[in-house]
Amino acid sequence: MAISSPSYQAADKIKPKQSYWSKISLPWVVTITHLSIVLLLPMAALITKSLTVGPREFWEVATQPVAISAYEVSFVTALFACMINGVMGTIIAWVLVRYQFPGKKIIDATIDIPFALPTSVAGLVLAALYTTNGWLGQLVAPFGIAIAFTRLGVLIAMLFISIPFVVRTVQPVLMELEPEIEEAAWSLGASASQTFRRVLLPILLPSILTGVALGFARAVGEYGTVVLIASSVPFRDLIAPILVLQRLEQYDYGSAAVIGTVLLIASLIILLIVNLLQQWSRCYAD
Amino acid sequence: MQTNKSKKFILIGLVLVYLSLVLFIPAIYVFYGAFNQGINTFLEALGRREFQQALRLTLITVAIADPLNIIFGLCAAWAITHKKFRGRTFLLSVIDLPFSISPVVAGLMLVLLYGRNGWFGGWLEAIGFRVIFALPGIVLATSLVTLPFVVREVIPLMEEIGQEQEVAARTLGASEWQIFRRVTLPSIRWGLIYGVVLTNARSLGEFGAVAVVSGSILGRTATLPVFVELAFKNYLATAAFAAAAILALIGIASLVAKEILAKLARQPTI
Amino acid sequence: MSIVVERVSKKFGNFQALEDININVESGKLVALLGPSGSGKSTLLRTIAGLEIPDTGSIVINGQDTTYLDIRKRNIGFVFQHYALFKHLTVRQNIAFGLEIRKTPRQAIKRKVDELIELVQLRGLGDRYPNQLSGGQRQRVGLARALAVDPQVLLLDEPFGALDAKVRKELRDWVRRLHDEVHLTSIFVTHDQEEAMAVADEIVVMNHGRIEQIGSPDEVYENPATPFVMSFVGEVNVLRNARSLLSNAYLSSSSSPVYIRPHDIDIDTFPHPGSVSTMLVRIIPIGWEIQLELQIEENFTIAAQINREQLNQLDLQVGQQVYLKPRNVKSFPEFAHSSQQHFTSVNVK
Repeated sequence: MAISSPSYQAADKIKPKQSYWSKISLPWVVTITHLSIVLLLPMAALITKSLTVGPREFWEVATQPVAISAYEVSFVTALFACMINGVMGTIIAWVLVRYQFPGKKIIDATIDIPFALPTSVAGLVLAALYTTNGWLGQLVAPFGIAIAFTRLGVLIAMLFISIPFVVRTVQPVLMELEPEIEEAAWSLGASASQTFRRVLLPILLPSILTGVALGFARAVGEYGTVVLIASSVPFRDLIAPILVLQRLEQYDYGSAAVIGTVLLIASLIILLIVNLLQQWSRCYAD
Repeated sequence: MQTNKSKKFILIGLVLVYLSLVLFIPAIYVFYGAFNQGINTFLEALGRREFQQALRLTLITVAIADPLNIIFGLCAAWAITHKKFRGRTFLLSVIDLPFSISPVVAGLMLVLLYGRNGWFGGWLEAIGFRVIFALPGIVLATSLVTLPFVVREVIPLMEEIGQEQEVAARTLGASEWQIFRRVTLPSIRWGLIYGVVLTNARSLGEFGAVAVVSGSILGRTATLPVFVELAFKNYLATAAFAAAAILALIGIASLVAKEILAKLARQPTI
Repeated sequence: MSIVVERVSKKFGNFQALEDININVESGKLVALLGPSGSGKSTLLRTIAGLEIPDTGSIVINGQDTTYLDIRKRNIGFVFQHYALFKHLTVRQNIAFGLEIRKTPRQAIKRKVDELIELVQLRGLGDRYPNQLSGGQRQRVGLARALAVDPQVLLLDEPFGALDAKVRKELRDWVRRLHDEVHLTSIFVTHDQEEAMAVADEIVVMNHGRIEQIGSPDEVYENPATPFVMSFVGEVNVLRNARSLLSNAYLSSSSSPVYIRPHDIDIDTFPHPGSVSTMLVRIIPIGWEIQLELQIEENFTIAAQINREQLNQLDLQVGQQVYLKPRNVKSFPEFAHSSQQHFTSVNVK
C-alpha cells in the first residue's frame, strides 16, 4: 500500500539549510511522537512481551492445539471467503465497468458499506439474519444446514467484510483497459473464452490477487463481525483474534502476546505480499 | 449478439443475488430490526441510560480522536513530502500497518504497554492516570486504527501541488507557515475533509480494538458499537438494533459525504 | 483479395453514421478513408472488420459475403490507433498470439515471428514488453502482430494518429514501402489529408457518413468533386459574393461561392489587367513557404502563398499595396442552391 511517488527537495535549495530545519522540525516532532505513542511503542511492548516467555515456551504456546485449531479456522475460512470474493468481486467490477443498467450507481456506492458500517452492527445483523429462524437462515434450515454460530457463519462474516477489496482494486484497472485490447484478440481469431483466459485474466490477475490479499488480511484479523455470529467454541468456530481476547480476559498476558505476535507476523507477511503484487502489476504499466 | 445480451443479464443477476445475500438484505435489516416493534420501542431503547452513556462516550472519543488524527495526518504528510530521506517508503508502510493489523492485536498492544502490568502501567498508576479500561485507552485505540486515513489522502495532493506552487510562493517571500496556510491548505482541503470523513466513520464505529482496551463495562466504558454487542448478548435485541440503526445512519451519511467529496476532490483546485 | 462495400448504411440511435456507402477496393491496393472526425470513416472500417454490423447492405471480401461473419472468422488484420498491444506479453509473444490461437506448430511460429521481427525492423527487441518501447516501435509490433496470421486484408484505424510528427512521417513512409513489397489489400483511416495523399493509391473522402469523392490523390486534389473536398483537401480561400471583387473573366454566371487555393494566386507590386488591389497586412514565413494575408476590404482578407525567393524579389513590406490575380478558380454552381450536399459514388479502378 506504500505510496512511492518521488518526493521533492526543492525547498532546501532555495533557503539556507538552517532556517529550513528550524521550521520543518515541528511536524517531524509531532509525527514521531504520535506514531510512537500510538503504534511503535505498543508494538514493541507486544513483541518484547512475547519474547520474554522464552523461545521454547513461545513455541509451545503458539502451537498448542487450541491455537492451531483457531489459526486453522481463521486462515482457512478467510482463504475460502477471499477466493469466493476474488471471483465474485471480479464479476462485480466487470458488471459495474462494462454494463449499463438502472441502479448501477447505487450498487457501486453500496459496495463500500462494509467499510462504513461498524463491525458490531454488521455482526448483529448477519447473526439475526442467518440464525435458523432468521430471514435467510430459514431458507437452508430445512436441509439441516445451520449458518449462524457455526463455521459457515464465520465464512458469511468474512465474505461481508472483504467484498470491497477485490472490487475496488479491479475496477480502476478494468476502467483503464481499453476495449481495443479485446477487439485485437478477436481480430486475431481468439474466441471469447480464449480472449478472457489469455488476454483479460493475465492483465487483471495482479489486481485481483492484490484485492484478495488485502481482503485476506482484513478477514484473518476480523473480530467484530465474527464475535456476534460465531459461538466461539474452541475447536469448532473459534477464530484466532477471539482466542487472544479470551486469553486476555483470563489475565494470561503471556499467551495473548504470543498468539497476538503470530497474527502480527502473519499480517506483516501479507503486507509484504501485497507490496510485491503491486510491483508486479506496475511492471506492465505504461 | 444474442449470447452477449444473455451473458450480460446472467452476470448482472448473479451480482444482484450475491450482493443481496451478503450486503443489501443485511443493510436493510438493520432498520427493520430497529423499527419492527414500532417507533415507540425504538425511542424507548434510545432513552435507556446505558445507551445515552454509550452515545456520550462515543461522541467524546470522536471529539478527541478526530482532531488528533488531523494534526498528525497533516504533520506526517508535510514531513514526508517536504524532505527526501532514506526509509521514506518504509515509514509509509509503517503508517499503513494499522490497515492490516487485527483490531484485537492493536488493542492487545495498547494493554501490554499502558495496562497495569505494562511498561508504563506502574508509572501511570503512580501518578493516578488510568489509560486502560478508561477514556484515554479508548482514544488511543481509536487513534491507532484510524492512523493512516488522513495521511494517505493528503500525501498525493501535497506532492501534486508542492513542487511548483510552493516554490513559487517561496520565491515571493512567503514563510513556511504562510505557505502552508495560504497555498498548501487550500489545495488539499477536499482531500483533507475526505480523510476526516473516513477517520470519523471509523472512529464512531471501531469495535474490536475498543472492546479490548475498554473492558466493555455497560454503562461505564461501552461505546456505541460495544453497546450493540453487549445489548445483543444480554438479549436486549431491540436496544441493540436501535443503536445499530443510529450507527448505520451515520455510516450511510459518511458514504454519501464520501461520494460527494470524492467528486469535489477530483476537480482541479485553483 | 478485393473488398466490396455495397449500399451499406448504419445508424447509432438517431445518428446516421453511414449512409449508402459503395466502395470497391481492388486486390493489392492501399486505400485511405479520409474525413473529419464524425464523418463515419472509422465506423466504415470497423464494419469492414466485423466489429460493427451494418443495418443494411453487404460487405464482400474476396468474393465471399462476410456481412454477418464473426470478426474471428474473417481473417483480417486490424491495427489500432493506440496500438492495443497485450501489455503482459513480450513483443515475440504479441506477434505469436494469433498463430498460437490457430494452433500453428511451435517451429513454424518461431520462424514466422523471426521473419516478422526482421520485416518490421525490431531485431533485438523481441523480449521487451510493450511499455519498454517507443510509440513508433509499438505500432510496428501492432503491424507485425496483424500480419502474422496472413490476413486477407489489412485494416488500419488511424495507425499514425498517436505518434508525434517526425515519427509519424517516418512510419507512414515505411508503411508505404512495406505495402509495395507485400501488396496486401489495405484500408487505412486518417483525418490528415497530407498523410492520405502521401501514402494511398486511392482516397475515399467522407463527410457526414457519406462518400464525397473517390479518386487518386491527384484527382482528389486537382478535381475536387464537391466544395467539401475542395476545402478539406488542401487549403483554400472561399469567396462568397466574389463578383464585385474579382474581374468578371474568372467568374461563371452564377453567384455561387468561388474557391481559390493560396498557391494559385499571382502577386505583384503593380497592377496587371484584371488584378485586384489589396493591402498586405501580414507576412508569415514558414521556412521556404511564405504565407501572405491580403486585405481586400475591411473584414475581408484572403490568403496567398509564395516562396522565399519571390518574397525577396518583390521586396514586400507589411502595409504596402499589392495586386493579386488568381490563376486558377473553381466554383460548384450545382451545389449553390442545395443546402443538402450531394454525394458521388465512383468506383475505384
